Amino acid sequence: MAEKLVGKISEFKDGDRRIVFFGDHEIGVFRENGAFYAYSNYCLHQGGPACEGLTIAKVEERIMPDKTSKGLYFSDTELHFVCPWHGYEYDIKTGECVSDRRLKLRKYEVIEKGDELYVRA
Amino acid sequence: MELMSDRGRRVTVDELNTTRLLAHARQQAHQRKLDDMVIVDVDAHHYENEHMKDILPFMENDVLRQLAMAQGMKGGRGTLMPQQIGYQDVGGRVTRYPLRASEKFEPGQHRDVQLGHRWMDAMGVDYSCLFPTGMLNIGLHPQKEMEVDLCWAYNRWVTEKVLPESGGRMFSMLSLPFSNPDESLRHVETFGHRDGVGGFMITAVRTLPVYDNAYMKVYRAIEERGLVLAFHSAFNWSENVFRGCNRFIAVHALGFSFYNILHCTNWVVNGMGERFPKLPVIWIESGLAWVPFLMQRLDHEYMMRPSECPLLKKKPSEYMRDMYYSSQPMEIQDLKAMEQTFRMMDAENRLLYASDYPHWDFDLPSTIYDLPFLSEKAKHNILGGTAARLFKLKPRNDKQKENLIRFGNYTAAA
Repeated sequence: MAEKLVGKISEFKDGDRRIVFFGDHEIGVFRENGAFYAYSNYCLHQGGPACEGLTIAKVEERIMPDKTSKGLYFSDTELHFVCPWHGYEYDIKTGECVSDRRLKLRKYEVIEKGDELYVRA
Repeated sequence: MELMSDRGRRVTVDELNTTRLLAHARQQAHQRKLDDMVIVDVDAHHYENEHMKDILPFMENDVLRQLAMAQGMKGGRGTLMPQQIGYQDVGGRVTRYPLRASEKFEPGQHRDVQLGHRWMDAMGVDYSCLFPTGMLNIGLHPQKEMEVDLCWAYNRWVTEKVLPESGGRMFSMLSLPFSNPDESLRHVETFGHRDGVGGFMITAVRTLPVYDNAYMKVYRAIEERGLVLAFHSAFNWSENVFRGCNRFIAVHALGFSFYNILHCTNWVVNGMGERFPKLPVIWIESGLAWVPFLMQRLDHEYMMRPSECPLLKKKPSEYMRDMYYSSQPMEIQDLKAMEQTFRMMDAENRLLYASDYPHWDFDLPSTIYDLPFLSEKAKHNILGGTAARLFKLKPRNDKQKENLIRFGNYTAAA
């Protein structure tokens, strides 16, 4: 399997994202809370650039013991990235499509070598 | 550029470049050789509200024009069209909405034509039927005379200033001021012969009775000219029946089907198919799942209540199968259900590809092309062959001509 240089880790701030073109692969690389994640940039829906849109916290609804709703709020722990074509949302830690977690973007291995970051395909 | 995310956080994204955004669509078109097929998009949009200063001078009535233009000069504080509460861009997640103003274009050609050509070229679309966006709510305007004059101004502007710059690749079905049947007829008589006019469109967000005797002269005029009548649906959160919905997904999912279900039902049970057998009618942007639902509901009741539909000589579903349907938004979650839907509506001959671009739930041509149960002929017909016949559109290269001939769509188109 070949490796492709993404860039210098020191220049990759938390919350940054890069799109890497690697042969037939198009890979979105995210840095979130110090960790790196890399996924196919082809949305599982209609093939949109899944990794090039907004990152936004998961929206949750708080339900009380009596089953009443306390409304909507942003998750403190789960971040999504969103395909800009139609709004398909993916879990940044797993690449799962949050509307149907059986669907997953291809995940790529991320390798740190000193200050350099690589993806393997 | 930066976009607002959760809790005020900002996320950096590229500025909008439609060709760049749709680069994967271009890849799909190349992989599937879509440029060898005539592809007609029967429902695409522009944002005419960005051009009101160019549109309003075409209003006929001096007083209404002054009223409208004075309103337009307030720098966005005034409103001329009925407005909708809605969140089409899903809170900015569909980034082309908030980024739209950032897209650059070249001087010398209308911006909407340039942007249109960018997405058409990316998708492999040869011809596109251009519809307005905000004007889809014109049926909610409380002033009939303002509805008439705004439709008139838009229809003059789009046929004189926009479509002529598209090199023949864009056409339209013009909005009728349906609250006024006499004025609707005048629109057909005035604009029906103009280049780029493929027919007329009734904005479906309204509850007027489409079977009213007052409209027969309008339908006849469209039929006599060999043009098409379309019903373009939308949503209206303020409609009483939807006021109980607390999420936009509910209003959107139901609304777009609801209005066409309403009008299609009235159209069928009043025997409009018998009265205007040569008038092609297209039901636009309601998805497809409603079609088998309505066919079954109407057939079931018709068998017991034929006395209420004395003009019908066959089942309601058969009249529905005589009409046309735009494909978007295609509910492509259950392929077997979709295959049944295609069979019931005779999709091979009655379904017309539509993108609805740039709206949030657009469909690419691949949504049709990749369906595993479709024949080659069905793919070619749905993606453009049937529409080429309806709107008399010519092939743009030899391969397209060859394919139109191969599937029996060339003679009428040429």
